[in-house]
Amino acid sequence: MLRLACGVLLLAAVTIFTTSPATADGNGGVQTPSIFAPVSTPAYAIRELTWIVLVITGAIFLVVAGLTVYAITRFRRRQGDDGREPPQVYGSLQIELAWTVVPILIVVVLFLVTTRYIFAIEGRPPVPEALEVTIVGHQWWWEIRYPKLGIVTANELHVPVSDPAHPTPTFITLQSADVIHSFWIPQLAGKMDVVPNKTNRIWIDPQKPGGYVGQCAEYCGLQHAGMLLIVAVQSKEDFEKWAAQQQAPARNDAGVQAGRELFSSLACINCHAVRGTTANGVFGPDLTHLMSRRTIGAGVIQNTPENIRSWIDDPASLKPGALMPAMKLSREDLDKVTAYLLALR
Amino acid sequence: MSVLADTMAGRRGAGAHRPLLAVLHEWVVTVDHKRLGVMYVVSGLAFLLVAGLEASTMRLQLVWSGLHVVPPGTFNRLFTMHGTTMVFLVGIPIVFGFANYLVPLMIGARDLAFPRLNAFGFWAFLFGGLLLHFSFVGGEGLYGGGSAPDVGWFAYAPLTGRAFSPGNSTDYWNLSILVMGFGTVATSINLIVTTLAMRCPGMTLGRLPVYVWMMLVVSGMTVIALPPLSAAQIMLLLDRFLGAHFFDTQAGGSAVMWQHFFWFFGHPEVYILMVPGFAFVSEIIPVFSRKVIFGYPMVVAASMAIGLLSMSVWAHHMFAVGMGSPLNAAFAASTMLIAVPTGIKIFNWVATMYGGRIRFATPMLFACAFLFQFLCAGLTGIMLAVVPFNWQVTDTYFVVAHFHYVLVGGLVFTIFGAIYYWFPKVTGRLLSERLGRWHFWLFVVGFNVTFLPMHWLGMIGMPRRIYTYPADRGWEFWNVVASLGVAFQAAAILVFLVNVVLALRRGERAGDDPWDAWTLEWSTASPPPPYNFETVPVVGSRRPLWDLKHPDDPDGPHE
Amino acid sequence: MSSRGRVGMICLIIAEASLFAVFVVAYLYYLGKSLNGPFPREVLSVPILGTVCLLSSSVTVMIGARALGRGAVGRSGAWLFATFLLGAVFLTLTGAEWSRLIAREGLTIGTNLFGTTFYALVGLHASHVIVGLVMLALITVFAWSRALGPANAERVELVSWYWHFVDGVWIVVFTVVYVVGR
Repeated sequence: MLRLACGVLLLAAVTIFTTSPATADGNGGVQTPSIFAPVSTPAYAIRELTWIVLVITGAIFLVVAGLTVYAITRFRRRQGDDGREPPQVYGSLQIELAWTVVPILIVVVLFLVTTRYIFAIEGRPPVPEALEVTIVGHQWWWEIRYPKLGIVTANELHVPVSDPAHPTPTFITLQSADVIHSFWIPQLAGKMDVVPNKTNRIWIDPQKPGGYVGQCAEYCGLQHAGMLLIVAVQSKEDFEKWAAQQQAPARNDAGVQAGRELFSSLACINCHAVRGTTANGVFGPDLTHLMSRRTIGAGVIQNTPENIRSWIDDPASLKPGALMPAMKLSREDLDKVTAYLLALR
Repeated sequence: MSVLADTMAGRRGAGAHRPLLAVLHEWVVTVDHKRLGVMYVVSGLAFLLVAGLEASTMRLQLVWSGLHVVPPGTFNRLFTMHGTTMVFLVGIPIVFGFANYLVPLMIGARDLAFPRLNAFGFWAFLFGGLLLHFSFVGGEGLYGGGSAPDVGWFAYAPLTGRAFSPGNSTDYWNLSILVMGFGTVATSINLIVTTLAMRCPGMTLGRLPVYVWMMLVVSGMTVIALPPLSAAQIMLLLDRFLGAHFFDTQAGGSAVMWQHFFWFFGHPEVYILMVPGFAFVSEIIPVFSRKVIFGYPMVVAASMAIGLLSMSVWAHHMFAVGMGSPLNAAFAASTMLIAVPTGIKIFNWVATMYGGRIRFATPMLFACAFLFQFLCAGLTGIMLAVVPFNWQVTDTYFVVAHFHYVLVGGLVFTIFGAIYYWFPKVTGRLLSERLGRWHFWLFVVGFNVTFLPMHWLGMIGMPRRIYTYPADRGWEFWNVVASLGVAFQAAAILVFLVNVVLALRRGERAGDDPWDAWTLEWSTASPPPPYNFETVPVVGSRRPLWDLKHPDDPDGPHE
Repeated sequence: MSSRGRVGMICLIIAEASLFAVFVVAYLYYLGKSLNGPFPREVLSVPILGTVCLLSSSVTVMIGARALGRGAVGRSGAWLFATFLLGAVFLTLTGAEWSRLIAREGLTIGTNLFGTTFYALVGLHASHVIVGLVMLALITVFAWSRALGPANAERVELVSWYWHFVDGVWIVVFTVVYVVGR
């Protein structure tokens, strides 16, 4: 029994250490979004707090479990037991007082530590250098707006890296267009719910460039599992380059004129926006720079020409329950619209 | 079947074989607390099998990333039905079923205070349960999960509004639980009245068995905490059918208000489920350690403290909603505080075992596993009260692990312990110890293999209620392990069912008092006659049978 | 040892109080949050007569219950019938008010948050009044047909407790809706 327990613990330890590191490129393509691999101040603070809590609760576990094991082994009925009843002990005021007072003290300490971290994380005011982002949760995708930069995109959040010496955090305002969602990137911060008719705030200051993943963490309907999040943390220069590219209106390639006209005349513009054209729908993701994103369908499918084509033809085939209807275009129309979208870099 | 019926009715030996219809009729019209208790527990166990199948299907779908064992809509119905069934159709009926059976016997009474109300409570539960499961019929067909509810067992608004849940699935959830809720409140009132007004001579409140005290606290909690759920459900009903706007965010309504109302019920609810588990082990551990429970007054006081404090912690389910730091801190405080009376109980149980002569019969095995598993559950609960940590792991598999350690590792284990302990009283026959051991070991291994890794999965980013997950998150390995545990648990349940069937047919006769125990139910026949006691018992201490067996050293002077 | 009926009725009242409390909380929380009218101040008129009737009915039911305990079955029946009548008047006046609010002011349960919480809270109370009226009617009939006697006094007293509870809830509802909320 003991050997089995040790074996399990060893296996657990091995797995913990092999899955902890999580960067965009490390570990053979695996990006484990572990709370033990933080890169941003709120997540660092929480990891620190987690260690404190684990030590306290671990100690309590060892003491209590140890006493229980002792009681079970030492006082089990042995062979040749004469069947007499042991001395009946009805209680002890001193012992009971002790095991009431000590837990209360532990609780007081834990509460004070916890409260300090609560206010430190939640109470941080924005700084002038902070980037402001507004994220609106939809069933089942994320609308991402940079109000002061005039950028609107979807599902993939780009932020500049923050130098701890001169922090440039990102403050995110969270709203919902329909039901409750929850915004969660474990390596950056704890989660914050996205609630309709309520505005929540959260902040991050990622200190290492790279890609970090998360997903919606409050059940929101059929494709709750398909509402992934990707955060690209970039150097200041890369971020500014990205922002400039995103601020530009949509490319107007002559070669895809046919597709563009088709897009503008079909129901597409009821839901989607393409800045610089007549399309200004708000129910679906902004497509102005669709091809600058790595994935479509809120992280569920890779952004490739074939997938774009399949998505337009029948979104439910790639993401069952997606609220975009199948457009039922003819093959030629589908080719034209696909070509147009592929040009929206 | 008639052997079972005859046995339950106290007709021993080969009596006259009665027609099946007559037997069924007797059970259907019964108002006898013992029969209703059995009906509650048997129904609860049947629903346990159904919900277990739902869980097994989910674990199959999640064993690897990107599987298509069931479509997403079906998966969402499965986790909703699994949670709803386990809480309302397994946990509640089994704990109240046991109370139904045991409380009158333990206090020397003839039945509950209101026998017909008791029957109403049972049939309201059964009707509600069947109505909920009727939702599987029609709709998208069985493979699609029918029209079963798919909004999660706590049914957050506004997902449950007409706009986002068209069709009837949410209505099945709403109405069936509303109906069941009335039955549960009725049964709780019944138990309170019985305990306060029908004790036998000599049984002051200070001499109540710990089990009865705890069920009194549980019943009090139910009376106060269940109506808020009914209120919220009535509001949802008005929203969905009459166009009201209680939870309609488009009209200025508050989605968070549903959460407050639901969890004001929901948190006491989980204590309503767990405290009866404490009550079971408070009877089992002393008997199998051969020692009186250590610190009876404190155990009772701690239970009352839990009952009271449980009404003050509800928003710890809402730390990520954005209530603001002062409220977050306040609920962290109350949640950590409630750990104190809960922890004290564990110490009392261990102190009871300390210095004893412990006999590891099957009930005691389950009680011992409970001690370790519930310790684990309580400690992860304290971790969850640390709000910033909560922000990381709430709504993840860490929470799933926590509450399964409470409700399976805690409640289900103690229920099995209780079944092995009181089965001889109810049926007059002993369950097999050998099969009991197989049941226990298979279950303890399977349960821990499934749920221990989930703590880790939550901490590496896996949220709850997802029908699949991306391949590049590193979650597959521990999902495989978790799914493997299911096989052991299923085997354990199978062994248990075989044990029950064999025991009913040819189990060893138990006699009045097979465990050499000390409370009043062991002073009457197994099974008890319909009137429970031939003469009304008169008691002089908390352990009337100890006094009878040890006239030289009765409990009275020590209490 | 307390009687079963008394303990049971107290438990029922606690459960019902818990139920009503949630609707009161919702009413208070949503005060001032309706996105559109009509608003309480514009359309509500204080139901003085109805309140007087309902509160007096608590007095009559108490007299009636006590009379039964003394054996005055006929008198008891009369007072209980008076209670029934007063309650029925209250209910009728409530119905009239609702009719006015719906037809003339255009306030329904779906109009706005005020409509939602108002009809739900007042309606929940009215439904409990109806249950009470049914019980009172039954007891009155039993009293008049001489099927009731002093032996049933405690049961009738329990019904009077329920009725007092319904009146108590009305005091709360009245304060929240017509005083605080306007």
